[in-house]
Amino acid sequence: MFKKILIANRGEIALRILRACKEMGIQTVAVHSLVDRDLKHVRLADEAVCIGPNPSPKSYLNVPSIIAAMEITDAEAVHPGYGFLAENADFAERVQKSGFTFIGPDPDVIRMMGDKVEAIKAMKAAGVPTVPGSDGALPNPGEEPEKCLEIAERIGFPIIIKAAAGGGGRGMRVVHEKENLISSIQITMGEAKAAFGDDTVYMEKFLQNPRHVEVQILSDGQGHAIHLGDRDCSLQRRHQKVLEEAPAPGIPQDVREATYAACIKACIDIGYKGAGTFEFLYENNRFYFIEMNTRIQVEHPVSEMVTGIDLIKEQIKVCSGLPLSIKQSDVIIRGHSFECRINAEDPKTFMPCPGLVKGFHAPGGLGVRVDSHLYNGYTVPPNYDSMIAKIITFGDTREIALDRMRQALDETIVDGIKTNIPLQQMLVRDKEFRKGGVNIHYLEKKLGSEH
Amino acid sequence: MDIRKIKKLIELLEESNIGELEIKEGEESVRIARNSGTVQYVNAPMQGYAPAQAPVAAAAPVAAAPASAPVAAAAPVVSGHIIKSPMVGTYYGAPSPGSPNFIEIGKTVKVGDVICIIEAMKMMNQITADKAGVIESILVQDGNPVEFDQPLVTIA
Repeated sequence: MFKKILIANRGEIALRILRACKEMGIQTVAVHSLVDRDLKHVRLADEAVCIGPNPSPKSYLNVPSIIAAMEITDAEAVHPGYGFLAENADFAERVQKSGFTFIGPDPDVIRMMGDKVEAIKAMKAAGVPTVPGSDGALPNPGEEPEKCLEIAERIGFPIIIKAAAGGGGRGMRVVHEKENLISSIQITMGEAKAAFGDDTVYMEKFLQNPRHVEVQILSDGQGHAIHLGDRDCSLQRRHQKVLEEAPAPGIPQDVREATYAACIKACIDIGYKGAGTFEFLYENNRFYFIEMNTRIQVEHPVSEMVTGIDLIKEQIKVCSGLPLSIKQSDVIIRGHSFECRINAEDPKTFMPCPGLVKGFHAPGGLGVRVDSHLYNGYTVPPNYDSMIAKIITFGDTREIALDRMRQALDETIVDGIKTNIPLQQMLVRDKEFRKGGVNIHYLEKKLGSEH
Repeated sequence: MDIRKIKKLIELLEESNIGELEIKEGEESVRIARNSGTVQYVNAPMQGYAPAQAPVAAAAPVAAAPASAPVAAAAPVVSGHIIKSPMVGTYYGAPSPGSPNFIEIGKTVKVGDVICIIEAMKMMNQITADKAGVIESILVQDGNPVEFDQPLVTIA
């Protein structure tokens, strides 16, 4: 087991990782930018190293600075959290070459899953259901337009063009009419080249009203993998998740089980090590793989609540070389859990709202969990993303968990800055959402109709 | 560890030239560090300590400098221009072990003169003076780790 871990992240996830390390008796090193000196986890860490000025490229994305911090503190491993360098295969490789452990899968696995075309190929080979698509990169539309059209007609309009180096909702374009196909491909290729440095694109059937359902896995790279059930993250705005739940409601159990089995087989086939998530679109009782995230995710707590398993601890254990200590038969999905992401933003305009938090009062009670780095007198800096807290609830039933969330949101006070709590309060009271099973367009439609 | 003992330790620290003091008594330990003239309470994890914790439990941020490094030694001297570290690494005052130091207190430097080396990932980076003047104080010991923006040297 590691003796010392460097936490290469900030905010609530850095605090989450620190807590897991403390429980395991692992020494912690908090690296931070200048403005983040007063972050809660920095104050609690055993050692802290300032690694750069505020802008992320010079601090949290500064690979030499982070590795130098590992050298001077003798940290053995680095936990990248989510975002920043968490899915940067080059970073993982440099960490390893410098003699340290990257808490995550091997660099080539990260690379493979980062290339969406390769990821889909690997998943198909493992029997994971995928969206009907081009099964590979599209040919140059300037040189072979008929080929592109043939692929689109085989799939059936409407189709969506996606950047192979993209992901997370970026670098995509929907095409409904074949007249727009070639120009759309060319535009998307141009955008992809500019945004990701790679203009490779592929095509998929565009599902009209899918839900976003994902499967959490843990795999030890030594032949054992388990799933921890699924999550529904369909409430999204501009591809950013707002409110998540576990398990995804209303899915036939046999359909679930078949998908879980395919995910586990895929993990073992590719030698995956660590925690990971398979993301799907779900429509008409069918799962369609879209991408795999090779990191711990923001919404991991809802899976922890319904399984009782500490995902960060298990992730650290398998990445330290231990085999998975949990068998699939030990995983019992019980009850229901929700998570509301609390952002420092205007609840109507979504403009970020950094500033001094004069008063913070967290909710409590049975089945209420708050993952947040906020404290009275903390100043939310403008330099990073706006998420300041996650409110998570658990209940024996979906209704109880949702009622607890409603109460928890009503009790929460963040005084001094604006937050999206009013939006969340509206969502937990929404009749359609309470019924369960809304699709990924629901929130934007609802917000669009309100203005 | 009772509060009177800690108060006494603080008095000792303030009256002396000591930068940092760590005392271990069985399973309990206290580390008190001087930082820019103010004494900070740094509470090392107290395993098995009885509930009456000293109220100093709010740990202030601990810089990576190990216990032997005097932090901001000789408080009144920080009146000059401070050269801060532009990177994370290990501070070396001389080009190689055994050679003379780049600078000493009282030496006159020009802009561009090398004042120290900071090593990271097996690469030696020369840190140069960005202001001309006389070296007033050297705030880091040879071989100690430094973080970004850490004060290294002051120039009058």
